[in-house]
Amino acid sequence: MSEEQIKDLEEQFEARIARDEKIEPKDWMPEKYRKTHIRQMSQHAHSEVVGMLPEGNWITRAPSLRRKVALLAKIQDEAGHGLYLYSACETLGISRDELYDQLHSGKAKYSSIFNYPTITWADMGAIGWLVDGAAIINQVPLCNTSFGPYARAMVRVCKEESFHQRQGYEIMIKLMQGTPEQKEMAQDALNRWWWPSLMMLGPIDAESVHTEQSMKWKLKRKSNDELRQQFIDQTVPQAELIGLTIPDPDLKWNDEKGCYDFGAIDWDEFWQVVKGHGPCNKERMNARVGAWERGEWVRDAAVAYAEKKANKNINKAV
Amino acid sequence: MNKEHLYKYILGIADNSLILGQRLGELCGHGPNLETDIAGTNISLDLFGQSRSYYQYAAKLIGNGATEDSIAMLRNEREYINVLLVEQPNTDFAYTMARQFLFDVYHLLMLQELQKSHDVTLAAIANKSIKEVSYHLRFSSDWVKRLGDGTEESHQKMQDAIDGLWTYTDELFHQTDADKAMVAEGAGVDVKELKDSYYSKVTKVLAEATLETPESKWFQKGGKNGVHTEHLGYLLSDLQYMQRTFPNMEW
Repeated sequence: MSEEQIKDLEEQFEARIARDEKIEPKDWMPEKYRKTHIRQMSQHAHSEVVGMLPEGNWITRAPSLRRKVALLAKIQDEAGHGLYLYSACETLGISRDELYDQLHSGKAKYSSIFNYPTITWADMGAIGWLVDGAAIINQVPLCNTSFGPYARAMVRVCKEESFHQRQGYEIMIKLMQGTPEQKEMAQDALNRWWWPSLMMLGPIDAESVHTEQSMKWKLKRKSNDELRQQFIDQTVPQAELIGLTIPDPDLKWNDEKGCYDFGAIDWDEFWQVVKGHGPCNKERMNARVGAWERGEWVRDAAVAYAEKKANKNINKAV
Repeated sequence: MNKEHLYKYILGIADNSLILGQRLGELCGHGPNLETDIAGTNISLDLFGQSRSYYQYAAKLIGNGATEDSIAMLRNEREYINVLLVEQPNTDFAYTMARQFLFDVYHLLMLQELQKSHDVTLAAIANKSIKEVSYHLRFSSDWVKRLGDGTEESHQKMQDAIDGLWTYTDELFHQTDADKAMVAEGAGVDVKELKDSYYSKVTKVLAEATLETPESKWFQKGGKNGVHTEHLGYLLSDLQYMQRTFPNMEW
């Protein structure tokens, strides 16, 4: 294809996006569009799958059967999200095994928040309320993103995430209605998860390398700082309502701007965790790689069995 | 109907589901691939759901402030009366599937009888659970076959798992005093009657999986009388951790 032809195609492509048309897997797309989508969607899928681990810690120790069942169901939803995000990714011509390789080798990233430890039951509440809350803010705009399979997956993901967020908040409500020990547990969880949740919405706009291109492709509709502000404005009243204190002495309502002012985020901590030196980066990767390696003989057996079955059927047909 | 016997009878069924559900729950996020992970969680969820129905019934029966959680999480180890099979650890995926399969065959046979119980609550729970357990059995049977007739390595691992767990199968057909009393009332299942059918179904799947049915006649028992393997204590310390550490609180 000549350069001119490619330029033509690119122009038509950008025009389709501008008209809010969906791009489907078999449509022509610029290589960069394909790569950017593989990167973002796989990062999202990896986050779902790695995100199962910190919550999985509490399945065996959930305080009641009702909570245990709800937690299991929630983590199962996350596995399901991982599954269809990987499938959506595969429509762009990359296999799930390749995507796993990228995760296991450290080439692909996942959300840094899952590198923090879950050390009390209240962390299950905080994760649902804050982490899923922040995820929703990030993801709702993606229901209208330009790549069809991603947009459709997001519609379902967001519905379930919003249920998880309410479930997490409800855990916090219950703790705040409980004994002094329970209230302390809830406050402690908020103290530990608040700042990482703010960081979860990404680096400040000036340092966000992918924002501009992603905005054009509707892979992003608001900047990181806008999303962060939205998250804070939405979450602070929820905390106050149940008697929790946001661990930020500089947090103050700004009448003029109509939103909260907040204190400085420790970006050194953020980059430390992103670069692989957070409290649980090694544990999370070991768990993922370990499960994959321990499962190899199982997957091999499934393939061998399926081949034997197929051969038998062919022999029968002959 | 003797309330004490009925209560014990319910616990015998409920504890099996609870303990096996707990074992499967340990694996969530650590499966060989996402699909089996989701399926394992599904089975765990079904089993916890069933155990909740039984414990709620048991709590109503004994009253005195008992709840599904106090019964499930606040008994001492000797008061759990699940069979030894379900508390065995997740040694590897072959063990996990073999344990599931050896229990599922029994579980389905038992529920098919329990749905005819004169006790309408038990009959209703059984009726609801049959659909779920039929799926569990299909899933675990498929994996027994896949691993048995897969690669040389998987065949060996599956055979080891079946051989290792075989010693816990006979206990499924033992009867406690409460079991006998419930059978006499027409409320309980006479598990002795299920034994032939159980071994013939198990043998059939093992044969299809190119696996040997173990010939050993040495069996372990004790779970139904609260005498467990060393594994249960550790499982319970996780299961009971929150209820023991923070007594009398709402979650």
